[in-house]
Amino acid sequence: MSNTKSLLTIKDLHASVEEKQIIKGLSLDIKPGEVHAIMGPNGAGKSTLGYVLSGRDGYHVESGSVTLNGDDLLAMETEERARAGLFLAFQYPVEIPGVSNLEFLKAAVDAQRQARGEDSITSADFLKEAKAACKQVNLPVSFLKRGVNEGFSGGEKKRNELMQMLLLKPKLCILDETDSGLDIDALQVVAEGVNSQRSDDRSFIVVTHYQRLLDYIKPDFVHVLSGGKIVKSGDASLALELEAQGYAWLQNEPAEDELEG
Amino acid sequence: MTEQIDKALAREYEAGFVSNVESETFMPGLDEDVIRRISAMKNEPEWMLEWRLSAFREWLEMDEPDWALVDYPKIDFQSISYYSAPKSMKDKPKSLDEVDPELLRTYEKLGIPLIEQQMLAGVAVDAVFDSVSVVTTFREKLEEAGVIFCSISEALHKYPDLVRKYIGSVVPKKDNYYAALNCAVFTDGSFVYIPKGTRCPMELSTYFRINEQNTGQFERTLIVADEGSHVSYLEGCTAPQRDENQLHAAVVELVALDNAEIKYSTVQNWYPGDENGKGGIYNFVTKRGICHTNAKISWTQVETGSSVTWKYPSCILKGDNSVGEFYSVALTRGRQQADTGTKMIHLGKNTKSTIISKGISAGRSNNSYRGLVRMNPGAQGARNYTQCDSLLIGDQCGAHTFPYVESRNPSAIVEHEATTSKVSDEQLFLCRQRGLDPEKAVSMIVNGFCKEVFKELPMEFAVEAGKLLEISLEGSVG
Repeated sequence: MSNTKSLLTIKDLHASVEEKQIIKGLSLDIKPGEVHAIMGPNGAGKSTLGYVLSGRDGYHVESGSVTLNGDDLLAMETEERARAGLFLAFQYPVEIPGVSNLEFLKAAVDAQRQARGEDSITSADFLKEAKAACKQVNLPVSFLKRGVNEGFSGGEKKRNELMQMLLLKPKLCILDETDSGLDIDALQVVAEGVNSQRSDDRSFIVVTHYQRLLDYIKPDFVHVLSGGKIVKSGDASLALELEAQGYAWLQNEPAEDELEG
Repeated sequence: MTEQIDKALAREYEAGFVSNVESETFMPGLDEDVIRRISAMKNEPEWMLEWRLSAFREWLEMDEPDWALVDYPKIDFQSISYYSAPKSMKDKPKSLDEVDPELLRTYEKLGIPLIEQQMLAGVAVDAVFDSVSVVTTFREKLEEAGVIFCSISEALHKYPDLVRKYIGSVVPKKDNYYAALNCAVFTDGSFVYIPKGTRCPMELSTYFRINEQNTGQFERTLIVADEGSHVSYLEGCTAPQRDENQLHAAVVELVALDNAEIKYSTVQNWYPGDENGKGGIYNFVTKRGICHTNAKISWTQVETGSSVTWKYPSCILKGDNSVGEFYSVALTRGRQQADTGTKMIHLGKNTKSTIISKGISAGRSNNSYRGLVRMNPGAQGARNYTQCDSLLIGDQCGAHTFPYVESRNPSAIVEHEATTSKVSDEQLFLCRQRGLDPEKAVSMIVNGFCKEVFKELPMEFAVEAGKLLEISLEGSVG
């Protein structure tokens, strides 16, 4: 495993939002096929990390580097990052009224195919794939005709995100608190969907506040994010430890360089 | 985001070219003599000239309306030329072979080939170039069905009784300032008559092109759908890119007799001026239809052009159970100003009207919906539903809604809903995160916003309208 080339390498990343520094020296290395959970208290910068990696406007990288498959991720536009295989599943998916899910997804798939120099997918082929994806995430096929997230319940929105992931086949999926607002049944559906997508050439960053999701999606590594950096890393058992003890004990154990600053 | 939006304003107007056609153009100026000359050019019957002159005298007494939320310098009506026609049209070409190829090329460049074999199947076109109609296609096929589709100048000769009976019957001569002016100086336009019980076998369409400098375009369209007939009609308009403003003041009258149905669609793409508001068309248009018993008139408009738009396609629901509809998408950007909407005048019992208006504002533009719903005392059981949605792109544009409701019948029901929203950063981010470039994302969001209106357009044109919005929004986010 250690000889495998990294998919994502983050080195000493510092990033800010509205001039407030949120990420303060974060480093992380993810190899193909790995699942990394990022846990941490509220305000630790968990969601910010996802936005910084995907290139959202207003999130400024101050220093550090990020490479995806060896390419400089930070030099790419938001859409180029997506086409390079980065996918962010939103915590609060936004509605786009009047634009059907099917139309939206086909445009997204085609944009990514075009970037790879492939032809657009035919409508018939795409419909077939989309219907299969609906089935897999337990959404009625009628959702393909509805406006993107328009009038969807919280659980439906999350499953819709998952459906997008199934169709876009990304290399790196960032799940931003995908478990928030889900009941246990919905959580299981989402987790099963994610698990079905685990493969040797697809990696996941699972951002979550609670260990609950990790009962269903078993991570290879667990990192604790606090004060804008990773303060502790371990295997899946770390999540259970956090569940039992909370985050407070970690906040009393700041990383070494923070003592200096 | 504002900075990105500003880039929107630097886009090309694809129809902005000038055709090199030798024209016969009147010297600028307006008096009774000019009107006599227009009438003489067209060899009109005496009553038509009298009608024009009386409209002109009324117009002289009227004031330019100032209630619309638009701001433009006072128009000098003496500096405009009121007639311009390609010289080659003087001999009245009998067939397409005789039409100046430069004129045909102009329409081809605009995507409207006039050679029947190349045209969209099932659409007949009347092509109006400055002040005259160049050609009307598919006439024989229409004649077989008894449908009359020709220029209004021709109709004055061939069907004088029909024209005389209906012209000015829906929009009276002194209805408003611009309508009165149009009555005095109108040059050409289309005339349609659908006989009783006939379903027009094709879509009818008129394409208006302003080419000559300093000329105004004053076209007049009259559509009469006799009892139980049905017609779908579409108009399109473009003009070259010029630094001066040009005036377009049209009048459209629709008459839907008992049980008839008229569907009137407009895709308006007059030159909108540059990003600083220089140049562009002043579009002051009066459009109105009258519905007799059980008749239906449906207006659908997609307005993306003109520097100033002043336009309220309306329905007089005279007959019992008649239906009026207004579906509108108005997009303004740069310094464009649009004040547009409709009037639904309910006179008959159980009359119904629906108004769906979608305004999209970008850049430093201002976009207003202005609508009147009037329930007269006789409008027992009448209903109206109005929905006005505004979408803002950027933070320097304006959206305004001015709904007027007058109900004089307690059994009438009037509903009004209005929303204002923005293309949000979240929506843009979601689209881009899935791999769409920002321009595609904005046009997709805007198209979604307009969906309810686009679905009312004839199929061939719904796609065009979507593309037009896409072009208009090109570069609207960087």
